[in-house]
Amino acid sequence: MANDISNETIDYVAILARLELTGQEREEARQDMCRMLDYIDKLNELDTSGVEPMSHAFPLQNVFREDEVTEGDGCAETLQNAPEAREDMFVVPRTFD
Amino acid sequence: MKRYETVIGLEVHVELATKTKIFCGCSTAFGGRPNSHTCPVCTGMPGALPVLNRKVLEYAVAVGLAANCRITRYCKFDRKNYFYPDNPQNYQISQLYLPICRDGFVEIETENGSKRIGIHEIHMEEDAGKLIHDEWEDCTLVDYNRSGVPLIEIVSEPDMRGADEVIAYLEKLRQIIQYLGASDCKLQEGSMRADVNLSVREVGAKEFGTRTEMKNLSSFRSIARAIEAERSRQIDLLESGGVVIQETRRFDEEKGTSYAMRSKEDAQDYRYFPDPDLVPISISEEFLEEIRSRQPELRTEKMKRYKAEYDLPDYDIEIITGSKHMADIFEETVKFGAQPKKVSNWLMGETLRLLKEQEADPEDICFSPENLAKLIALTEAKTINSTVAKEIFEVMFKEDVDPERYAEEKGLQMVSDEGALRRTVEEVIQANPKSVEDYRNGKEKALGFLVGQTMKAMKGKADPSSITGLLKELL
Repeated sequence: MANDISNETIDYVAILARLELTGQEREEARQDMCRMLDYIDKLNELDTSGVEPMSHAFPLQNVFREDEVTEGDGCAETLQNAPEAREDMFVVPRTFD
Repeated sequence: MKRYETVIGLEVHVELATKTKIFCGCSTAFGGRPNSHTCPVCTGMPGALPVLNRKVLEYAVAVGLAANCRITRYCKFDRKNYFYPDNPQNYQISQLYLPICRDGFVEIETENGSKRIGIHEIHMEEDAGKLIHDEWEDCTLVDYNRSGVPLIEIVSEPDMRGADEVIAYLEKLRQIIQYLGASDCKLQEGSMRADVNLSVREVGAKEFGTRTEMKNLSSFRSIARAIEAERSRQIDLLESGGVVIQETRRFDEEKGTSYAMRSKEDAQDYRYFPDPDLVPISISEEFLEEIRSRQPELRTEKMKRYKAEYDLPDYDIEIITGSKHMADIFEETVKFGAQPKKVSNWLMGETLRLLKEQEADPEDICFSPENLAKLIALTEAKTINSTVAKEIFEVMFKEDVDPERYAEEKGLQMVSDEGALRRTVEEVIQANPKSVEDYRNGKEKALGFLVGQTMKAMKGKADPSSITGLLKELL
């Protein structure tokens, strides 16, 4: 691997992503991310100096919807994604003290 | 001690008054059952496709034009990446690179005359879900009904120098936006929220000091308190040889002080990039012209018209047009045939008194213009006297009752029967010989007493001027 990522960077990214990593998970994540950067380096080999940055694949613009309610009660469907629910709400670990 | 100047810039979030969310057809109605206004788009399901609500663009452009901004003719949405349970997508759709409006200003009135507050930019974005902290179970509950509700964020230049200017600026923004009908701008309900960026520097210094950002400010009062507290905190720090650290602080309403949010909560590394699901927006001259032509009468024009059309005192105009809702009530009541000055008197007098008593805003007025017009008509026709009118108005103010029916049901109409009134006056004269004598000896005060006695005997349901007339006649 050409790229190396420090443990500090991994810890920082873990904070941003709100992940608690064990020592082993951290090492695995570090190696994965190094490989990702290697892959990006490969893309960087291409000369893109004359190419406009592209954010959208299709030459579309101005697609709008009207301000009309089209969705009904989505509670039950949405809560199917909740590992734990109470009073129609998602239960998550306490977010701050 | 050195002399310091406070430098303040504001980030104001305003929830737009659309029926549906910014990128999906879910309702934005307040107070629905938790998570009932959700769908795959606003809960960030893979493969769901957001589509921009046209009304959001129209409101954003309308606010931008009213705030003298340049409208960005080619604009896009970007993803602001962050991980927090209030946002199921793990990114907020916002605008970083090409915000819809830039370089505007609004004028505020200060002690030293009017002042321009620059607007750096206005961008469109989506709101996040609501987190409810459960102290007992030590967990957090999440309701995504607000996730995807459209917001505009108005970012000012650091042009304000104190709490009074900040409040004047917020009031001006609120007025413009309410007049445009783009939002109700209620701070308490969170449809208008302000984050305060504040730094201090020595008077005369060219460079800005290090700023902090304060969040969680939900009333004009707490904004003013937070500004004073943060200004003192920063000056004390500098005076004792310390430095201000750039950080986000949360204001504690109860304690009146702010505290730094933990760096873990505050980690800001959003790695913005263009949202590939939302296509760019290209704004044509025709679109801009359409929005311009639809701009409603704003306050300055309205004030001029009130002077010309209704000939109200400047002070009345100032107060009534200060709230779009109050101005609407005024105009509607006049349309129902009431005389403008009479309407203004009810708004300036009893309405303001009751609002103040209940610590409510003009936006909370709930009586209908039709009922106010009826009440004025009843008073004009001398069906009720002014004391009774005030009593009925208090009930109207609370429950918007129909004053005609209410007066009838409670038997509050004045006794128009001349005979009955004459008999009562005669009885009062009989019963109060001392006052009668005093009056005949030139004591004007005695007449007032006799009017009062008659009114009491009539249980308040008589016209004081008729009583006075009769008394004078009989004495």
